[in-house]
Amino acid sequence: MDGEELTEQETALYDRQIRVWGAGAQRRLSKCHVLVSGIKGTVAEFCKNIVLAGVGSVTLLDDRLVTEEAFNANFLILPDENAYAGKTVAEICCDSLKEFNPMVHVSIEKGDLSTLGVDFFEKFDVVVIGYSSRATKKAVNEKCRKLTKRVAFYTVDCRGSCGEIFVDLQNYKYTKKKLDETVECELTFPSFEEAVSVPWKPIPRRTAKLYFAKRVIELFEETEGRKPGECSLSDLPRVLKLKNELCEGNSVSENLIPDSLLERLVSGKTEFPPACAIIGGILGQEVIKVISGKGEPLKNFFYFDAEDGKGVIEDISH
Amino acid sequence: MASQQQQSAIKGAKVLMVGAGGIGCELLKTLALSGFEDIHIIDMDTIEVSNLNRQFLFRRSHVGQSKAKVARDAVLRFRPHINISSYHANVKNPEFDVDFFKQFDVVLNGLDNLDARRHVNRLCLAADVPLVESGTTGFLGQVTVHIKGKTECYECQTKPAPKTYPVCTITSTPTKFVHCIVWAKDLLFAKLFGDKNQDNDLNVRSNNSASSSKETEDVFERSEDEDIEQYGRKIYDHVFGSNIEAALSNEETWKNRKRPRPIYSKDILPESRSQQNGSTQNCSVTDGDSTISVMPSLGLKNPQELWGLTQNSLVFIEALKLFFAKRKKEIGHLTFDKDDQLAVEFVTAAANIRAESFEIPLHSLFEAKGIAGNIVHAVATTNAIIAGLIVIEAIKVLKKDDDKYRMTYCLEHPSRKMLLMPIEPYEPNPACYVCSKTPLVLEINTRKSKLRDLVDRIVTAKLGMNLPLIMHGASLLYEVGDDLDDIMVANYNANLEKPLSELPSPIVNGSILTVEDLQQELSCKINVKHREEFDDEKEPEGMVLSGWTQVPATNGESASTSNNEKPADVTESSSGSETASKKRRLSEIEPSNHKKETENVESDDDDIMEVENPMIVSKKKIRVE
Repeated sequence: MDGEELTEQETALYDRQIRVWGAGAQRRLSKCHVLVSGIKGTVAEFCKNIVLAGVGSVTLLDDRLVTEEAFNANFLILPDENAYAGKTVAEICCDSLKEFNPMVHVSIEKGDLSTLGVDFFEKFDVVVIGYSSRATKKAVNEKCRKLTKRVAFYTVDCRGSCGEIFVDLQNYKYTKKKLDETVECELTFPSFEEAVSVPWKPIPRRTAKLYFAKRVIELFEETEGRKPGECSLSDLPRVLKLKNELCEGNSVSENLIPDSLLERLVSGKTEFPPACAIIGGILGQEVIKVISGKGEPLKNFFYFDAEDGKGVIEDISH
Repeated sequence: MASQQQQSAIKGAKVLMVGAGGIGCELLKTLALSGFEDIHIIDMDTIEVSNLNRQFLFRRSHVGQSKAKVARDAVLRFRPHINISSYHANVKNPEFDVDFFKQFDVVLNGLDNLDARRHVNRLCLAADVPLVESGTTGFLGQVTVHIKGKTECYECQTKPAPKTYPVCTITSTPTKFVHCIVWAKDLLFAKLFGDKNQDNDLNVRSNNSASSSKETEDVFERSEDEDIEQYGRKIYDHVFGSNIEAALSNEETWKNRKRPRPIYSKDILPESRSQQNGSTQNCSVTDGDSTISVMPSLGLKNPQELWGLTQNSLVFIEALKLFFAKRKKEIGHLTFDKDDQLAVEFVTAAANIRAESFEIPLHSLFEAKGIAGNIVHAVATTNAIIAGLIVIEAIKVLKKDDDKYRMTYCLEHPSRKMLLMPIEPYEPNPACYVCSKTPLVLEINTRKSKLRDLVDRIVTAKLGMNLPLIMHGASLLYEVGDDLDDIMVANYNANLEKPLSELPSPIVNGSILTVEDLQQELSCKINVKHREEFDDEKEPEGMVLSGWTQVPATNGESASTSNNEKPADVTESSSGSETASKKRRLSEIEPSNHKKETENVESDDDDIMEVENPMIVSKKKIRVE
């Protein structure tokens, strides 16, 4: 049903994880093609995880040149200036990732994510966008949704010690074991655009504050023409002003979003490595789950904040 | 979170990591990225191929080398200016004494066995150094913090001991596949290929008075020129045929049980294989003894495939033949090793034939290997998540953020929307014999049980002492050490063989023993109560130790509780009956009902012990509210 069996080499290498998810899932993983764009610490962790897991291929897209700050939380880039000078983040990470699992095809793609056409994305089963603007995420998500083939779409963002994962699987069918029988389930995911523009008033009060805080920062960066992550403490007053405007516009109290949280996000230019490991790990698990078709996927946001240590799933849609 | 204060606390910290495996690799990487500059790491293992799916600091070319050393070298590549000291050694070695531990600001465990964890726990208590513990299995994991005097120590809650089975279940009345594996591995394999001088229960309880034990011994002895195939069939017929018939003759045993059926080779394999195609030369032999295998020559390619009785029988005979043909020198010295392909094939086949006999479902080689080898299933992502959580706790410890310590559980299925669930640590258990010095009670037959039994089953196994010392009043009954003279050693050896009541200082009902481990700086008092009888099935060891915590095993209940259900409680709380001493500090989560969620479990071998990971949350989880 799933094609050829695993080779002896694969069985030996993947023994411990086959005992977790089964040989069928392992075979499906080996046929899966993943696109990853915008590589910082968290995405580097994610790439490491799926390469180790044995996906078919990983295509890296990040044309930024390597600078000293690039290897702050990214262990795929070695601090050897001779090696990285003049190279892009994708190129260096590609070389490192190949070493983790020679059975995975790791390559790079050059170009601006927002200008690539719909047919480009058809090559992939999973698209993961890291460091990127809201507009780009929206554009890519729309292209993925245009394809007849279902492409799993993820965004991931970590600032300081806070992280957000967004998932769009469109219409997703999966199997779940309930008591003794296997049940078929289906979930419908909202698009990225839909999910980030849900009116705030009807959203339950106990929803993770990070959802709202991220939307404020996103909008701030967009209106100010900033590169993603390019904020600092000096922006805080304007960010808070924007927050108040948004709250008013949504008819909710300003107290919905603690100022301290926004302060942490604007000053969180560098990623906190433990948070990268955690968020990259959760993302890795989710992608593996979706590829293997087993188990209930996360819908549709995941938040982690090292401050309270909780890793929370929020289901946010119209 | 990278405040000045935090950064300097990290920079100046001296950290000890115990374990450079699944969690260790992820942890070392994250520590280095987070700014730690002085890390020591202990691991006694070398790298194996099956590690490479998650221990990403290692490459195929590193197989056979020290994990601690290779991990160190790999991390120095992306953080060349930090200090990493690696020790390729067992953390239980005397060099890692209390003074060694005292030099660290925090100890981080990434271990895979209960024994080492307990040992490190005691040393951290003795050295008064904070300990961050962790464990993972598959998608589950957890991180806990242990600070002397402030929180529970690692042993405040009982961790389940390795699962043992009553002898008669293994030798006569198996009901689960694991029983067949234990029989095949610890009895049959051991009898055929292991130390001949070892006691072996293989033929115990044969009711047939006609077969004397001498005769039985002769069956397993192979004479020099005896044809291997014939010998193999003889063994087959003995263990699967006549032994079963002998057991059947005891009517009592089978009154309420399904009777097994005897199986004879002539019925399953009418034609000898060597008659068919000549010799055992057809069996595949590659370099290295551990890769010799019968599967290829029998056309069996897929280790996940279920073999039928005929195939299992073929594997049994051919594997046995191959041991004698190609690995003769090792016979008499072998112990089962999960990485020994031929041994795994043999044990799988033997267990399956026995299972067939008792109408127990058969298992594939892949499954059998996991059971026989106590293999823990593992993936990279869980280890990465746990490593991140460990570093977060370690930083809190360094900053002495007492209120912020958390025990964090990584769940496979969300509970109250949470995949990562932090809860506050508990206060120390006042009844913990390790950190609160509470005495224990031992029920034992002081006239029959020997000191050796007490040392092996209680002091070493249950109390986890490495270099114990046993005193009764002023009398030193037993100790272990390098500096003992011959007379003392002889004296102690003599003591070991004596029943407790016949020792120089007799141990009787009401005696109080002091048991110590100087390296762990642990001292326990044991109140001895004499008891005449013990139930063979429920108390197979013939002694019962009690008196520490009454709470049911929480983490890592894992599978041993398939029948007598105590909910494995993620949030470990107030199910009322628990000892009132388990006061929790301000709780972030108030678990109300404990509804067990029936878990999506792959295997239905519920009582497969995963004893090596007692830290992990059981598969039967509580949905909090």
